[in-house]
Amino acid sequence: MDALLRLGDDALVLAQRLGEWCGHAPALEEDIALTNIALDLIGQTQSYLSLAGSLDPDAPKTDDELAFLRSDREFKNLLLVEQSNGHFGDTIARQFLFDKYALLRAEHVAQQTFDMDAAAIAAKAVKEIRYHADHSSKWIIRLGDGTSESHSRIQKSINDLWKFTGEMFAADEVDIAGSIAGLLPDLTALKTQWDEEIDKVLLEATLVRPEDGEMKTGGRTGVHTEELVTMLAEMQVLPRTHPGASW
Amino acid sequence: MIDRSPSTLIKAVSRQLQDVMDPELTFLSVIDMGILRDVRFENGHIVCVITPTYSGCPATEVISEDVLQAAREIDPEAEVKVVLSPAWTTDWISLEAREKMTANGIAPPEGSSHDKAFLTGDGHTIPCPMCKSKETKLISPFGSTPCKASFVCNACLEPFEHFKCF
Repeated sequence: MDALLRLGDDALVLAQRLGEWCGHAPALEEDIALTNIALDLIGQTQSYLSLAGSLDPDAPKTDDELAFLRSDREFKNLLLVEQSNGHFGDTIARQFLFDKYALLRAEHVAQQTFDMDAAAIAAKAVKEIRYHADHSSKWIIRLGDGTSESHSRIQKSINDLWKFTGEMFAADEVDIAGSIAGLLPDLTALKTQWDEEIDKVLLEATLVRPEDGEMKTGGRTGVHTEELVTMLAEMQVLPRTHPGASW
Repeated sequence: MIDRSPSTLIKAVSRQLQDVMDPELTFLSVIDMGILRDVRFENGHIVCVITPTYSGCPATEVISEDVLQAAREIDPEAEVKVVLSPAWTTDWISLEAREKMTANGIAPPEGSSHDKAFLTGDGHTIPCPMCKSKETKLISPFGSTPCKASFVCNACLEPFEHFKCF
């Protein structure tokens, strides 16, 4: 269940962040792009959380209950995806670092046979994330290999977010158990692939890969940055204020 | 006495579903789109199997409801089942449906979804559905619905949507 919550929460929290761009992006096309990506992620969330919620037959939970009625300590997403949007470059950098990881992970989940329901969700997600990764990579290249202003700003965005990338590959007992069962990928192998993918794009973008410094972790066990708390307050206010509201 | 033999019911429901249209592409039926995967008889009633185009496509809910309503006109106990696997692909959109898209100003998906280059449009030209010119340009890989990208024709200057190869 924890493994599925991680998959679902990464998608949900990032989708909510991207949704904040609605009506605010620098161009209409990007407004549509970011919210379209959010929509795909919400769809993946619904599937993963419905599946996660069905696993305990004594206390089944719906996707909505898991999304709207859990506290920040119960969310299992990466710290990276909860970071605030910043400027457009910050959002693209966050998306790029996550997309490349999410794609490799979904490709694994789609092919494993331990949980066929999760495999079906991931098979669908792979196609969507591949499209997202293509979009974010092209923006990294355009901004990095653009003007001196765009170059320095996107470099700073990547530098600032780098401390959250270690968490993607910091395997804990859930990852190890999931990897032994087959559901989750081996994160050491995933890291090698991710490094290659990231380096390839950064090179083309004439950007420098930041040095690995101290990495921030905690999201996977529910210890989040303040960013998540304020985000959830907004996301959950309606169902918490009006339980069972419908329209 | 109404004939409730499985084969008669399946045939009648299948015929009924030809008139259930995609809410976003109202000139295409759920059968044209490859969204309806199966109509079968299970435990004494009809089961319509549908698959979403994109994970979060809001049309899926409407389609599910429309299919259920149409099927229940034939079999009041009919049910709708949503399956994710195998994942929907534009390869399932019929040739006839592709022609209808062009006629309605939407450039249909080109090529096979197995060719990943078609998804991102790299190295492929999408002809303008209006003037047929191949001098077109991608404006944005995203569009008004999850399944479409935005293009403009350099020849007739008409902006148009392209149904992504997915």
